[in-house]
Amino acid sequence: MTTREPGQARSDRSPWNWLLVLPIALPLMTFLFNADEPRLFGFPLFYWLQIAFILVGVGCTTIVYRMTK
Amino acid sequence: MSEHLTEIIVFAALFLVVSGMGFVAARWRRPADLASLNEWGLGGRSFGPWITWFLIGGDLYTAYTFVAVPALLFGAGAAGFFAVPYTVITYPIVFLIMIRLWSVSHVHSLVTPADFVRVRFGSPTLALLVAITGIVATMPYIALQLIGIEAVLKTMGVAGSGFLSDLPLIIAFVILAAYTYQSGLRAPALIAFVKDVLIYLVILVAIIYIPARLGGWSQIFGDAAAKFQATPAPNDGILLNSNNQLQYVTLALGSALALFLYPHSVTGVLASRNRDVIKRNMSALPAYSLLLALIALLGYMAISAGIKPIGTDVNTVVPQLFDKLFPDWFAGIAFAAVGIGALVPAAIMSIAAANLFTRNIYREYINRNPTDAQEAGVSKVTSLVVKIGAVLFILLIDPQFSIDLQLIGGVIILQTLPSVAIGLFTRWFHKSGLIAGWVAGMGAGILMLYNVANPATKHEHFGGSAFPLAKLGLDTKMTIYAGFLALAVNLIVAVLGTLLFRALKVADGPDGTAPEHYTADEGDPRIKDLKLSGST
Repeated sequence: MTTREPGQARSDRSPWNWLLVLPIALPLMTFLFNADEPRLFGFPLFYWLQIAFILVGVGCTTIVYRMTK
Repeated sequence: MSEHLTEIIVFAALFLVVSGMGFVAARWRRPADLASLNEWGLGGRSFGPWITWFLIGGDLYTAYTFVAVPALLFGAGAAGFFAVPYTVITYPIVFLIMIRLWSVSHVHSLVTPADFVRVRFGSPTLALLVAITGIVATMPYIALQLIGIEAVLKTMGVAGSGFLSDLPLIIAFVILAAYTYQSGLRAPALIAFVKDVLIYLVILVAIIYIPARLGGWSQIFGDAAAKFQATPAPNDGILLNSNNQLQYVTLALGSALALFLYPHSVTGVLASRNRDVIKRNMSALPAYSLLLALIALLGYMAISAGIKPIGTDVNTVVPQLFDKLFPDWFAGIAFAAVGIGALVPAAIMSIAAANLFTRNIYREYINRNPTDAQEAGVSKVTSLVVKIGAVLFILLIDPQFSIDLQLIGGVIILQTLPSVAIGLFTRWFHKSGLIAGWVAGMGAGILMLYNVANPATKHEHFGGSAFPLAKLGLDTKMTIYAGFLALAVNLIVAVLGTLLFRALKVADGPDGTAPEHYTADEGDPRIKDLKLSGST
């Protein structure tokens, strides 16, 4: 949590920001998801894992938002 | 035409309701005076988290996206799925960037990305380049929204050839132009709500109902795989191959970087009330990506259902799928969702392009000291001109040309990244270095796109954004996103140029901003508080 002392300038710096790297890096690593098996509900890995990355993205940005509010 | 009567009636009714809302929007959250760019062009800079979510969502996930992304999967398979990683990585990337842009724009009452460049680098030339880039990149994007509507009209049998057949499209755009003129950004903000409710409804029904009718997801993926195996094209299939993975990744990353450089995205961000609204939205907006992923898979459903595009227009596969599998009344709702989905971004884009013209060309070169009312007046008229231009584009020129131009648009808007996005963090670059970088990146990008052929559409040039590395003399079949390489050229030239101009002691422009301007929030003092009275 960033609480501001009176007179101290507002800053966007926070170690929590590093969490944002995860949802940027994961979807760019094609070796993680460029495969058919294992399937989930009939979806090849390629599709369901990339959809799962959306949830990783939401999770990480939400945590960073909450912790740096 | 009669077999589509139910669809046409439902479509027309929903379209009229929404148009009515567009006109009423001028009274919504009514300001004392609508005659300023703050009010007309940015909705008073007062939108809270919910309105911003619908507005930016409606702005970024356009009708064209909903029609073209599944069409990509229909035609090429896995490579078209790049839209999903693209919209995942864009939010964490811009999370920390957009709040800085919001703050500095709040302090200095900036309306466009080019406004920021003007204040930051003290260079009217660099600002003009950024403004022109924005306008040129946005224009074909507006035209593409019309292609979205046209695909729906074609499926309902109310668009074909000849002048009269274009009438429905013209009417739709005249209505759009009229209420944007009257209500400004408030119109798309209000309509975005209806658009999203309709789209979510249609997609939820589609992903449950259609797979059930087609025999389940395994069947759908199986049919798609079989189709791609039967084609001679080397780079299609339901998975990527070793040659298009680099393209997939660089296209996703390049598009993610470009997304928030588009003037209409910036308009949506600046219209929000404070930093908290933006941060919250960056974590809530990916909900749309989920929707986009499901919409993309409509392309495979169309393969499985044996849909054939109308003529050579693959953009008609999704409307055709709805027409074939949904009951008529629901197909009408689905078509209305696409049609209304085109109106929201088209309105925001024309407002953004108009603001660029007003702030960075009219104000800079024609009338140095316009009143608020004059500024709003110029923007309103420009937004009309922009829309008429877009309609003429579609009617008079081959629509394929708009698609090519939009492709170029993504590559060229990326060339404003060093001055706009990096400029938000550092003033290290010399203004002339940035100009040199822009020229080099622009030249390299267009040259590369010119050299991309597409055998499928018989295009020798501008056939796509996948630039073959073999053309650079590398012994490989791999391709890379042209915009990505162009940005690299731009950055290298900007760095070298900066070092050179510093060494030669060429005068740099003054920086009108201070470090604390980048973290200012709602309620913090503004530089021109007097000028903005009534908007806080």
